[in-house]
Amino acid sequence: MITNPTGRITQGQFSFLPDLTDDEITAQIEYGLRKGYAWSVEYTDDPHPRNTYWDMFGMPMFDLRDAAGVMQELRECRKTFPGHYIRMVAFDSARGIESITMSFIVNRPPSEPGFGLERQEAAGRTIRYTVKSYATDRPENERYR
Amino acid sequence: MSTPRYSIPGSAPSVPPRDPEGPGATTAQAPDAMERARSVAAVLAESQVEQVLAELDRDLVGLAPVKQRIRDIAALLVIDKLRMNLGLQAETPSMHMSFTGNPGTGKTTVALRMAEILHRLGYVRKGHLVAVTRDDLVGQYIGHTAPKTKEVLKKAMGGVLFIDEAYYLYRPENERDYGQEAIEILLQVMENQRDDLVVILAGYKDRMETFFRSNPGLSSRIAHHLDFPDYSVDELQQIAERMLAQRHYRFGAGAREIFHQYLERRIQQPHFANARSVRNALDRARLRQASRLFAERDRDLGRDDLTTLLPADLLASRVFAEGSAGEATP
Repeated sequence: MITNPTGRITQGQFSFLPDLTDDEITAQIEYGLRKGYAWSVEYTDDPHPRNTYWDMFGMPMFDLRDAAGVMQELRECRKTFPGHYIRMVAFDSARGIESITMSFIVNRPPSEPGFGLERQEAAGRTIRYTVKSYATDRPENERYR
Repeated sequence: MSTPRYSIPGSAPSVPPRDPEGPGATTAQAPDAMERARSVAAVLAESQVEQVLAELDRDLVGLAPVKQRIRDIAALLVIDKLRMNLGLQAETPSMHMSFTGNPGTGKTTVALRMAEILHRLGYVRKGHLVAVTRDDLVGQYIGHTAPKTKEVLKKAMGGVLFIDEAYYLYRPENERDYGQEAIEILLQVMENQRDDLVVILAGYKDRMETFFRSNPGLSSRIAHHLDFPDYSVDELQQIAERMLAQRHYRFGAGAREIFHQYLERRIQQPHFANARSVRNALDRARLRQASRLFAERDRDLGRDDLTTLLPADLLASRVFAEGSAGEATP
């Protein structure tokens, strides 16, 4: 896409920045824990921009005090899905908010082929546009190999 | 404008780290001063660990060997801190501990203080205590134990994991017991994530010894074995006075001596649980005092009446009724 010529997925926070290092991820998690958020790890290999429901890796981690536990979960997820997108998600349970307050990608496939624009000719001279990732041509778990 | 406001651990911060939450501000700056410390006094002043040690001395009766050992551990951590400041040693010492002793000797109380001391000295990052028993670690069916144990471990990261009655983890009579699985995960974390959490195993002495004999791997990974001695009658009496003072009660005329006799008899009997038995005895005395006062419907009760335990409240105990040979239940 023109706004994102490298084909890198830009979802959530920090996604236009270079990949965060583990120390930077730890600092972000610490920040969330100080605010009382519950962290969880999610992964997917379907990179469509509208794909907001990713798969959960383990349960959300409530009542944690230190980032080491979350980082351990992230390491396990990276080991299991080295070629998937992985993101950290922070849930704020405060009354009136009760939703996701932070979310950022912490792992990407080695190469991201990007998206193609598809045009569909509809009734009359209407043209419908849609984007499609080249990676999704292959079945799940075989993308990004 | 574009400089980040957070500092990444291990990198030189471009701006001084700021903590928006007021009370946390002092702790955010503390590590800096700790890094520069060159004398024992400087580390002690910075970490305020002496306050905790003094509190330990003041609040806990007896337990001399335990207090000495905690002092030694604190000294080791202070010296290690100074060594680290000069770049002498990077490896952190193992701080896993086992607390053995009879019921009611203050194992849990000391564990709480231990977490505080380790936190002040910067050995653990958060300094909270997560107290668990077998039920919190071991699952009920295949595949249940590992996630359960890991969840508890994650909660304890940055603090102290206190496993009460740890010997229940291992059940030799059932070789397919899931406790073994929990022990294996525990061992792995105790070895690989030493700087993330401290594990304290607690339990009665004889059973803990059997437990360690059957799990040599666990025993060898624990650096500090602390044994909690039983309290003497005088120490128990002191504990009782403190408990009463905390709840705004006091012994009336003659009651102190009666309670001393009570303790001497109670100590001989089975199921004696040190400080816990003292607390229960006092609770029952309060009960009797309440019903004694309740019976006198028309009397105006003053401050003294409501706070005083009389000898009669203590003498009604079964310990006196059945004599020292009796099989009184606590």
